[in-house]
Amino acid sequence: MTVSVTTSGSGMSAQRVSRIKAVGGLLRHPAIAFGVMISAAWLVVVLTVHWWAPYDPYESVGERLRSPNGDHWFGTDALGRDVFTRVLYGARQSLPISVAVIACALLIGGLLGAVAGYFGKRVDTVVMRLVDVTMAFPPILLAMAVAAALGPGLRNGFIAMVVVWWPIYARLLRAQVMAMKHKEHVEAAVSIGATRSRILRRHVLPLSFTGVMVNATVDLGQVVLLTASLSFLGLGALPPAPEWGAMITEGAKNFYQWWIALAPGLAMVTVVLGINFLGDGLRDVLDVKVASK
Amino acid sequence: MKRYILARLAIVPFLLFGIVTVAFIISRLIPADPLTSIVGERAMGNPEVIAAAKSKWGLDKSVPEQYWAYLSNLVRGDLGTSFRTKNSVVSDLAERIPATLELAVTAMIIGGVGGVLLGKFSARRKDRPADHAARVFALVGSSLPVFWTGLAALFLLYARLGVFPGPGRLPSRVDPPPQVTGFYTIDALLDGDVSLFWQCLARLILPAAVLGWAIMGSISRLVRASMLDEMHSDYVRTARAKGLRERAVMRGHVLRNALLPVLTIVGFSFATLLTGAVLTETIFEWNGVGSYAVAATRNLDYPAINAVCLFGGVVFLLSNLATDLLYALADPKVRLT
Repeated sequence: MTVSVTTSGSGMSAQRVSRIKAVGGLLRHPAIAFGVMISAAWLVVVLTVHWWAPYDPYESVGERLRSPNGDHWFGTDALGRDVFTRVLYGARQSLPISVAVIACALLIGGLLGAVAGYFGKRVDTVVMRLVDVTMAFPPILLAMAVAAALGPGLRNGFIAMVVVWWPIYARLLRAQVMAMKHKEHVEAAVSIGATRSRILRRHVLPLSFTGVMVNATVDLGQVVLLTASLSFLGLGALPPAPEWGAMITEGAKNFYQWWIALAPGLAMVTVVLGINFLGDGLRDVLDVKVASK
Repeated sequence: MKRYILARLAIVPFLLFGIVTVAFIISRLIPADPLTSIVGERAMGNPEVIAAAKSKWGLDKSVPEQYWAYLSNLVRGDLGTSFRTKNSVVSDLAERIPATLELAVTAMIIGGVGGVLLGKFSARRKDRPADHAARVFALVGSSLPVFWTGLAALFLLYARLGVFPGPGRLPSRVDPPPQVTGFYTIDALLDGDVSLFWQCLARLILPAAVLGWAIMGSISRLVRASMLDEMHSDYVRTARAKGLRERAVMRGHVLRNALLPVLTIVGFSFATLLTGAVLTETIFEWNGVGSYAVAATRNLDYPAINAVCLFGGVVFLLSNLATDLLYALADPKVRLT
């Protein structure tokens, strides 16, 4: 199964057809199909949960600390809130923020990396030394320290994670751009007098798309885990927000009421597993090297 | 090769300086008034107490002066005094590092051995159901939040089944063995106390297994891929053609060469483990650097946050360096880019 990277020349419709074929081919890979299915299911939850969730996530709707039963599939927590409802709403906290972290890190890091790789010299030195220093810290410690410095809250947790994650994309894009710089089609563009920013935009960046997307998918699962970890440590989402990591903290406080931590844990496992399946599958099929963190 | 190693070593001082500076900046960014945590809420109304505390901690000076004082103290190995424990941060850390190391090393052994076995198992059964099962098992491990796995393991294996003892490094009301290495298991053995050794080991296994499972995935994935590469190479075909048994081919030829790249990921995983310990230690009430870091961030104890960042940065730096150098030694194709 090969995915052709369409360069240029061929008509738009032919390009689109080959792209659709490529996507259909990808879905035949079991890991990718499974990952897409789970991700799609969670996406539906994020978008529609307010229409069909059984209860209000913030209101006490029953007896406190009831074990799972017909009315409350995953029991109720210490304040009598329905755990199942809170877990469903939790997807609205964790997933958008994780996607936003990747998007921002990609935008900031990718831009800096591409510019560093393309222009080289002093710009490259400055950017890459900044990358080196940021990456010299273990991610969770850096995120914890930044989140502590900014104060708790999901917004500050978000900033902390972008601080941790941008260098990965700076490195990735820099490497891709540097490899691309001496390709024939770029030299051709230079020789017909295209400006540097146009070459970067039209001839270099589009070709790094596959590698970047695979990396972003693989990273997304890690970011979901990091978001929950920060909240678990009390540095991310604040109560009463139904965030998975924070809910597991509540579960740890009520250790013998196992159902409080069970549901958010299961939710995270399915999300992260789905994303990892997708990422792993894409990585295998498209044969992309993944920068590790 | 020599040039690569020299160039790699040359940026170490620069990175160290960067780590030191970033740690300082982060710790000074903390908005909450550190005075409150030093003198306590009640004394905040007393100007004399506050002035004394300010000058003692250098908080009355400008930021560049604070930075200079911080650097010169650092050179002398003085990282300040924790606002929370009122001890020197260096001695606090020194006390906790062995606990974290013991956990991380054990987890590394579990994750490393498990990962290699799992990868080998998968590679030999490529694309058969057993291969898929092994890969899913490894992938689940790296998809689980360790704090949840830890909680689940404690609940099932300790609270419900009673197979493992509860959280903590030692049973309650038991003194630690006389310190030699700081690893309770080894110290207990050195002390000749076998029953204490078993008790410490039983408490170590569960958190280490939780942490080890989390890194098993990346290792087994690499082992599988690199074994599959080797299995199709010419020298392996020759070995088979010579009539060597499959087992001998696997062990003597394939695994041996496939493990080279794996060695290098081990250094990298070790750094990940040390940080993954932050979450595991919190769940298992493990008195190491991780739980110290969590307590420090919760109390905005900035000398401690600063020291933990420095520690993490230096460990990360060293293990990445070791990984790069190992890689360069293992693979002569590596050149500085």
